Amino acid sequence: MKRSNSLLSRVFMALVFVFLYAPIVLLIIFSFNAGNSNTVWQGFSLEWYEKLFRDRLIMQSVYTTLLISLLSTIIATVAGTFAAIGFYSMRRRIRDPLMTVNNIPMMNADIVTGVSLCLFFVAFFNFWGDFAVWFNSLQGVIQLPTRLTMGFGTLLIAHVCFNIPYVILSVGPKLRQMDKNLVDAAQDLGCTWMQAFWKVIIPEIKPGIISGALTAFTMSIDDFVISYFTAGSSASTLAMTIYGMTKKRVSPEINAVSTLLFVTVLVLLAIVNIREARQERRNAHRLHA
Amino acid sequence: MSKELIRLRDLCMAFDDEPVLNNVNLYINDKEFLTLLGPSGCGKTTTLRIIGGFTTPTSGDVLFDGVRINDVPPHQRQINTVFQKYALFPHLNVFENIAFGLRMQRRADPADPTGKKKVKIPEKEIHDRVMEMLEIISLKGFENRKPDALSGGQQQRVAIARALVNRPKVLLLDEPLGALDLKLRKDMQIELKRIQQQVGITFIYVTHDQEEALTMSDTIVVMDKGSIQQIGTPEDIYNEPKNAFVADFIGESNIIDGIMVHDKCVKMYGREFPCLDSGFEENEPVDVVIRPEDIDIVPVEQGQLVGTVTNVTFKGMQYDIIVDFKGFKWLIQTTDHSPVGARIGIKIDPDGIHVMKKSAYSGMFGDYSSFSEEYDELDDASIELDEEESWDEE
Repeated sequence: MKRSNSLLSRVFMALVFVFLYAPIVLLIIFSFNAGNSNTVWQGFSLEWYEKLFRDRLIMQSVYTTLLISLLSTIIATVAGTFAAIGFYSMRRRIRDPLMTVNNIPMMNADIVTGVSLCLFFVAFFNFWGDFAVWFNSLQGVIQLPTRLTMGFGTLLIAHVCFNIPYVILSVGPKLRQMDKNLVDAAQDLGCTWMQAFWKVIIPEIKPGIISGALTAFTMSIDDFVISYFTAGSSASTLAMTIYGMTKKRVSPEINAVSTLLFVTVLVLLAIVNIREARQERRNAHRLHA
Repeated sequence: MSKELIRLRDLCMAFDDEPVLNNVNLYINDKEFLTLLGPSGCGKTTTLRIIGGFTTPTSGDVLFDGVRINDVPPHQRQINTVFQKYALFPHLNVFENIAFGLRMQRRADPADPTGKKKVKIPEKEIHDRVMEMLEIISLKGFENRKPDALSGGQQQRVAIARALVNRPKVLLLDEPLGALDLKLRKDMQIELKRIQQQVGITFIYVTHDQEEALTMSDTIVVMDKGSIQQIGTPEDIYNEPKNAFVADFIGESNIIDGIMVHDKCVKMYGREFPCLDSGFEENEPVDVVIRPEDIDIVPVEQGQLVGTVTNVTFKGMQYDIIVDFKGFKWLIQTTDHSPVGARIGIKIDPDGIHVMKKSAYSGMFGDYSSFSEEYDELDDASIELDEEESWDEE
C-alpha cells in the first residue's frame, strides 16, 4: 500500500515538474535551433543569439531595463533601509498597521498597481499642465513645460514604488535581531547618532540590505505588467519588447532573448537564496556558541 | 570618604503617563562602588539610563561635578556603560571593540600652541592602551577573535575593557552578571571589585541580586516602585532595614506585628521581649524583624515562645525549618535537627531583634506560610525581561 502510494505521488510530482518546466526547456532548446521553426529541430546554431545582439530595438530595451532596474534598486534600497529603521523605532501599535500597508503592494495584483499608478500619473500631469500654464503666465523668467508624458521617469518612479516594500521586508528582521543596546553602546563610546548609524547599524544590517537590493533588482528586471502601464510610448523594457515582438511575428529570436532573461533571473534568485541559507546557518551557529 | 561626584535631584520619570521614578534624590561619591538594588520594574535601570544620558528625565536634575548635565548627550559625558548582555559590536574583533571609543576621541593637538586643532589619538597609543586593558581583564592573545567566538564571561570582560579604556570618571553597569552561571558570577563579583579598586573610579551597579549587592558595594540603594526605600552600607541595610520591604528583599526575615511598650522593650504575641531599639512612642504599633539565624532553639520550658515545626529542609550548612507560632510561620536557620511535628521553644537575644516603624509595606512580607515558592523566587537570578521590554514603549 505504502509503495504504490509513493509511486503515485512520484508520478504526480513528475507531472507537476513536466508542466512547470517543459515549456521553459522547450524554449531554451529551440533558442538554439538552426531553422525558423519553433516545432521542428533543424540542428544547433547560435544564429538567433547573433541576431539578437545586432537587433537595435532589443539592445535598446536591454539597456533601458538594466538602467531602470539599477537606478530603482539603488533608490529603493536607500529609501527602504531608512523606512525600515523608522518602523523599527516606532511603537508596536503604530508599526504593525503600517507594516500591513507596506505588504499590500506585494500581494496586490500587478495589474491593479499598474493601472492605479497609470491613472495617478495622468491625473498628476493634468494638474501639472494647469499649474505650468498659470505659473508661466505669471512671469517670463522660468518657462515650465506644460505637457508632460509618461516615459523613463514614470517607469523609474513605478519601479521604485514596488521595490521599496521588498527592501523594508528584508531589512526589518535584521534590525529586530540586532541587540538594541548596540546603538546606546556606540553613543556611550563617543559616537553621535549619525556616527553610530554608519559604524554600527549599517554593518549589522548589511546582509539584509544586500538581499533586499538583490530581490528588488530581480523584481525590477522581470516586471512586465506594471512597466506596461507606466512606460508610455517612449520607453520600453525588455519584457515589453518581447511582448511586442510576439504580436508581430513569432521569431525564434524571442526564444533567445527569453532564455537570457530566464537565466539572469535564475542566477539572481540563486544568489539571494544561497545568501539567506548561509545567514541562517551562521545564526544557528551563533546560538549554539 | 571623598567628594561628591554625581547628584540626582528630585528626579521623576514617566513613560506614557505611567510613573517609573518618583522624586529620586541621591548623591554618589567619587571612587565609590554604589549599587542600585531592587526587583524588576523598580526603576533602577531607568535611573542608570538617566545618568548615562540615554533617557531624559521628565523632571528633576542630574548634576555631575556640580554642573547640570540633563541635556548633555551620552557621547559628551565622562561616563561609560557596560550593558546588559554586553552589546559588543559583532562585526568587530576584540581589539577593535575595545579600541572603538579611543578611535572616536578627538583631543587638542599637542603641536598646536592655540590648542584649537583637534587630532585623533595616535595608533601607537591606541594599541598600547588596548593591550593594557587586555592585560587587566586577562584576555591577552584574544584580540583577533570575534565576540561570538568568546564565552559569556570573556564577552563580559571585553565589555568592561571597552568602557574602561576611555578612562571615564564613572562606570555604569547594568546587570552585567545576569547572563552568567552561578560559579562564574561569583568569580566575576570578586574580579569586578578588584578592577574597581585597581582603576580607582566610581562604579554604579544595577542588580536585583541582593547577595551580589552585599558582596561588592560600598553603598546600597534599595529601590521599589520608583522610590528609594533605603540608602546605606551593606551592614546598615542588612542589620537596620528601614521597612518591611527592605527587610524582606535583603536576606531572609521574619516580620512580626509588635507594640513598642517603651524604649528597649517590644511586645509580640502578648509577651514582652527586651531589645536595643528606642525612639518610638509608647505603645506605638511597629514591625519587628527577626533574622532566621538569630533565633536559638531551646527546650519548650525555657522558650520565650513555643511553636510546632511544620517543615524541614536540609541546606548543607544548616537546616531551614518552618515553625508555626499561633498561625504565623517563621523561618529559623539552625544546625540542630528538629523533626516535623516537634514542639520547640525559641529564645531571641535583644540584639537579634530589630524594630521598624509601620510603613506601606507592613503586613505584606515576612510570613513563611508560602515558604517553598518564595524560596524559589529568591534563588532565581535570571535576567529581568519585563523591565527591558518596558524600554520598547519609550
